[in-house]
Amino acid sequence: MLASRNMRASGARVAAAPAQRAILAARSGRRASLAAKAQKKEIMMWEALREAIDEEMERDPTVCVMGEDVGHYGGSYKCTLGLYKKYGDMRVLDTPICENGFMGMGVGAAMTGLRPIVEGMNMGFLLLAFNQISNNCGMLHYTSGGQFKTPLVIRGPGGVGRQLGAEHSQRLESYFQSIPGVQLVAVSTVRNAKALLKAAIRSDNPIIFFEHVLLYNVKGEAGDKDEVACLERAEVVREGTDVSIFTYSRMRYVVMQAVNELVKQGYNPEVVDLISLKPFDMETISKSVKKTRKVIIVEECMKTGGIGASLSAVIHESLFNELDHEVVRLSSQDVPTAYAYELEAATIVQSSQVVDAVHKIVGATAPVRA
Amino acid sequence: MQAMLKQQRSGVRASQPARRAVQIRAVAAPMKAATSSKSPIIAPEVAKDLYYDMVLGREFEEMCAQMYYRGKMFGFVHLYSGQEAVSSGVIRQLRQDDYVVSTYRDHVHALSKGVSAREVMAELFGKKTGCCRGQGGSMHMFSSKANVLGGYAFIGEGIPVGLGAAFQSKYRRDVLGDEKADSVTCSFFGDGTCNVGQFYESLNMAALYKLPHIFVVENNLWAIGMSHLRATSRTAGDEDPHIYKKGEAFGMPGVLVDGMDVLKVHQVAKEAIERARRGEGPTLIEAETYRFRGHSLADPDELRSKEEKAKWLARDPIPQLKKYMLDHGLASEADIKALEDKVAEVVEDCVKFADESPKPERGQLLENVFADPRGFGIAEDGRYRYQLPGFSSGTAIVS
Repeated sequence: MLASRNMRASGARVAAAPAQRAILAARSGRRASLAAKAQKKEIMMWEALREAIDEEMERDPTVCVMGEDVGHYGGSYKCTLGLYKKYGDMRVLDTPICENGFMGMGVGAAMTGLRPIVEGMNMGFLLLAFNQISNNCGMLHYTSGGQFKTPLVIRGPGGVGRQLGAEHSQRLESYFQSIPGVQLVAVSTVRNAKALLKAAIRSDNPIIFFEHVLLYNVKGEAGDKDEVACLERAEVVREGTDVSIFTYSRMRYVVMQAVNELVKQGYNPEVVDLISLKPFDMETISKSVKKTRKVIIVEECMKTGGIGASLSAVIHESLFNELDHEVVRLSSQDVPTAYAYELEAATIVQSSQVVDAVHKIVGATAPVRA
Repeated sequence: MQAMLKQQRSGVRASQPARRAVQIRAVAAPMKAATSSKSPIIAPEVAKDLYYDMVLGREFEEMCAQMYYRGKMFGFVHLYSGQEAVSSGVIRQLRQDDYVVSTYRDHVHALSKGVSAREVMAELFGKKTGCCRGQGGSMHMFSSKANVLGGYAFIGEGIPVGLGAAFQSKYRRDVLGDEKADSVTCSFFGDGTCNVGQFYESLNMAALYKLPHIFVVENNLWAIGMSHLRATSRTAGDEDPHIYKKGEAFGMPGVLVDGMDVLKVHQVAKEAIERARRGEGPTLIEAETYRFRGHSLADPDELRSKEEKAKWLARDPIPQLKKYMLDHGLASEADIKALEDKVAEVVEDCVKFADESPKPERGQLLENVFADPRGFGIAEDGRYRYQLPGFSSGTAIVS
């Protein structure tokens, strides 16, 4: 089911917008190129991730996938749908249920020249692989004195879904944060998901790649096979002047929902998607802080020891004199995620909280503009 | 602890037909003990190589004990003395492109695989000329040249890594089409590890994917102060726990071998290695052996009885092989002395080398954290942190 290919083929024939149709009719010679430009080929995030994996596997025969149900089942979130038919059972390896075991197998394969993408069916399951991720993935390059590298991508869905219960609603970015030797990346849009996954696969470092369980069906435009993002760069989602809102993953959408409301009220927030949870892109971050002098961090992980805790400390330490207000952190409660809808909603940050935080830090009314 | 399978006839089971005990043996015909005929089962060159390697292992480890007590090496140091027959018997017949994975008791595995004594001793002294630049230490011996994939402190965590190397070998053959790709991987670990979950996860995957991986259990009966008999349950009907039987449960041959007899280990390993190279999958080898010293140099070793130690000391693999070589004309006294003298020379030299080697500089601190140093991220001024002054002197702020 090569859905993306079919879509591309048929997509070119989807009707262009009315104004463009007129242009197309008038200039038939340039019709094809204009049609292509006018087309916004939209795919879902899972398809974009699948495209990234497919393209990289085609480009480099040492790239392979390992995980539970990645092969015949196509992946729990379809990120490897049909790939086993194209690449075979060994390159898209269905593993038994033994996370620590197959993560270690991925490490050994990476040390000896392959480039495995290890999927955690849910990032939470990777708690069982913590031994291998911390000790081996993160440390081996160092303890071997640089002799072996572990170019692994460890990816999977995390975050709070819809009433999936405490164990399936975990945010492991904060747990993995301290492991020396790994990079943490969190994707949020179709475009950055594909480009970042390609970059992660090509990287010689072990990358822990956080997808979000509720973002797989988000639609958007993906880049072509040469679009490879920078793993260490944050993304400025919206430029502004009143306050810097640093966020990542699904909270980006929660923030933008709040921003739409705030803009109507006359505020002008700047929104930065961290993308690289470790290391932080201090150039983008400091530039934003110097501009607005106020910071709100909006994250889905727990307050204690979260990504926001690290970022807040770093901002206070290195940009203290650029701040007019202490950094405000909006994080999930230090509470296991309940099953009941209302309690689950109360555990994570909602857009109204973001609006309130901006009111509090910037002022109850929007600043007067010159 | 010989493999005596008892058939229990309890009240309930007396009425049932007795179960026939199935004894797992090596796949090929069991090795016959050399008789009085003058045809030994091993070539003189091989025997001498095994002898040299065992003596090197022994003398090296004894030197480590001396150096530790003299304050030249620190931390946790786990010596291999007594178990040499397993390392030499298995590893000396591996190729350079075969892989070895070990636990913290890894000095001798590294030596047998071809890592120079100089590099291992320097690593133990924490010098920058060590095989891991002084960054690994006793429990983390790695060599990309000799394909030693570590050296692991948490027992059990090395076995899946070994599986990964075996997977890579099979991948090269089946996916990348390299017909010559038939390297095998041997993972070494002890009786204590055989109760760790990753051992079972690995047995399952190795058999399932038919990986060219050999599980070598060095059963020395003790995991620090925990006797194997107190830690491990028995297969129904057995009086003692038998690790090799777990192979059959996962669909691979499980072989028991006298780990104090290097020739027997050599034979059993040869069969397993050839099986793996032919693509027939993994083998589980349980070698019964013993460590003459404590678990580590910090272990007072008070729980093992004098009688037990004496019994095993009497089965020291080195004099056993020496006697065998002399009896079967594989080496003369002079040959043997020459080998021992060479070892003494090598061991003395490696200590001198390690002693005289420089310590790591501060600049080494940040170098090997990431294979791609961009992993430290982008600093405020827009440069990557590894480009900042102070990175190569190890003083840069990187987080």
